[in-house]
Amino acid sequence: MSAFDVVIDVRNLGLTFETPDAPVHALQDINLNIRHGEFVTFIGPSGCGKTTLMRIIADLEQPTSGVVTVNGVSPREARLKRAYGYIFQAAALYPWRNIQKNVELPHEIMGVSKAERAEKALRYLDLVGLKGFEKKFPFQLSGGMQQRASIARALSFDPDLLLMDEPFGALDEITRDRMNEELLRIWAKTKKTVIFVTHSIDEAVLLSTRIVIMSARPGRIIDVIDSNLPVERNLETRESPAAQELAHRIRLGLKAGHSYDEVK
Amino acid sequence: MSDGILQGVKDKALPVLAVVALIILGWYALSVALNWAQVSERLVKDGGAPGVADIVKGTWSMERPVLPSPDQVAVEFAKTTFGVKVTAKKSLVYHATVTASATLVSFALGALLGILLAIGIVHVQTLDRSLMPWVIASQTVPILAIAPMIIVVLGNIGITGLVPKSIISMYLCFFPVTIGMVKGLRSPDPMELDLMRSYNASQAQVFWKLRLPASVPFLFASLKVAVAISLTGAIVGELPTGASAGLGARLLSGSYYGQTVQIWSALFMAAILGATLVYGIGGIERLVLGRAGQSASARS
Ligand SMILES: Nc1ncnc2c1ncn2[C@@H]1O[C@H](COP(=O)(O)OP(=O)(O)OP(=O)(O)O)[C@@H](O)[C@H]1O
Ligand SMILES: [Mg+2]
Repeated sequence: MSAFDVVIDVRNLGLTFETPDAPVHALQDINLNIRHGEFVTFIGPSGCGKTTLMRIIADLEQPTSGVVTVNGVSPREARLKRAYGYIFQAAALYPWRNIQKNVELPHEIMGVSKAERAEKALRYLDLVGLKGFEKKFPFQLSGGMQQRASIARALSFDPDLLLMDEPFGALDEITRDRMNEELLRIWAKTKKTVIFVTHSIDEAVLLSTRIVIMSARPGRIIDVIDSNLPVERNLETRESPAAQELAHRIRLGLKAGHSYDEVK
Repeated sequence: MSDGILQGVKDKALPVLAVVALIILGWYALSVALNWAQVSERLVKDGGAPGVADIVKGTWSMERPVLPSPDQVAVEFAKTTFGVKVTAKKSLVYHATVTASATLVSFALGALLGILLAIGIVHVQTLDRSLMPWVIASQTVPILAIAPMIIVVLGNIGITGLVPKSIISMYLCFFPVTIGMVKGLRSPDPMELDLMRSYNASQAQVFWKLRLPASVPFLFASLKVAVAISLTGAIVGELPTGASAGLGARLLSGSYYGQTVQIWSALFMAAILGATLVYGIGGIERLVLGRAGQSASARS
């Protein structure tokens, strides 16, 4: 494994928020290596710092200790090179733009021609099942549809690294399954590196090559599980004994995190 | 379908008409009360013992009443609006045009100044700290104190008419625009800003594609306030100039000669002008925001 394969390298990372009452130790002693083409899932109780860790990687937050590199450079340099697509916990569509114009936004900023960005927007909206909604405004779409539009927006400029913060949290089970399948397909085809946050053990099992289990206060990594599931997957994979076994291990890990929390 | 529309008109028009009728009735009553003493005194002086009916009739037809009756004002308004050539000195339309042009010039300048100040305040931190207190302080000085000074100073260097009036009025109307725009330009939430950051968007792109569109509903709300204020400002600006034209001049000469009927019809013209301007801004707002306006205003 050459050093160039390492997309993200996190060493001794810590972040303490200084708040008026007491400092919040959002992250402590985080060490993590993510290689090209991996699908890494962060799972852990609410408030354990999953979003914060992702935001540090995206240079939206500054760590108070430790070093992070993205593609061998600092998160800031990586951001300036537009190395990643970030899917926020909420859709973050601009209400005065219709859906198509929202998806075209990154392309406008990157100076893509009008025809090309329209073509990309339509293609990716079709991909997330929003064909026919291009001219609608965000407030005319359901929460799940808005979130799918935001996924289309992030995918459409084809970043090598996808940072996805609970992207399917707002979706119903069936749509969620469809989006999971779609994401697996895209990931298999494009070999993107994906960092994914979820609260669903099933989702983590189905999608991940590696699962990072975190605990809260202070936010830290308590276990990293390599998935032994085949790379070729579909929804049925979740029912296989191997998947069941994996889900069980994740559940145990999460429980340990919680009891660790209580002992403290 | 048309039944529904008729019903809708009825539902909306009835309460409005009822209120208007009440106001007019109250007005008649008030002009009886306020003019009573003068009328009865005069009738007594003319000899005789006037009955109540005579006095009441008298209070509604005085030449220089304390409070003219609605029909007197309506007749004067109609006469000076439709009864004379619009270029004549007696025409209310002529005076309204003079005031309206000062209002529009000062509104345009004030809005521009307000927007530019807001852009500076939002983007340059030192401006936020150094400029904002002055902007606020400027509004604590009463305009009636400043207006004569502006007019005297400008008059000394030979500038009279539209310009000093517009400056006075601009001084009043830039303020709500600055306040509204600062709020509007700062209205994008952290996530909307982070999105731009993740695309490595330039400050100019963040301004044009995020801050400015997000501020539009705020801008129009403050423009409506500003246009009404700049009308007031233009009228106030006409008072110390001793101007011979404009609704302010009309008010002033009315009060010199005790022509209350003239004052009231000028006031009505000012109200109509103000309402027209505010509705005009509302119309432009609907055009600009279009369908997206529903969502944009829903969130602000
Ligand atoms: N800007 C901030 N200022 C102060 N504290 C913060 C800030 N952002 C996050 N925190 C704190 O940091 C901790 C981690 O927050 P974070 O959003 O990363 O959690 P999370 O794991 O994403 O939770 P969830 O699953 O609910 O999204 C929380 O305790 C939160 O209160
Ligand atoms: Mg989160």
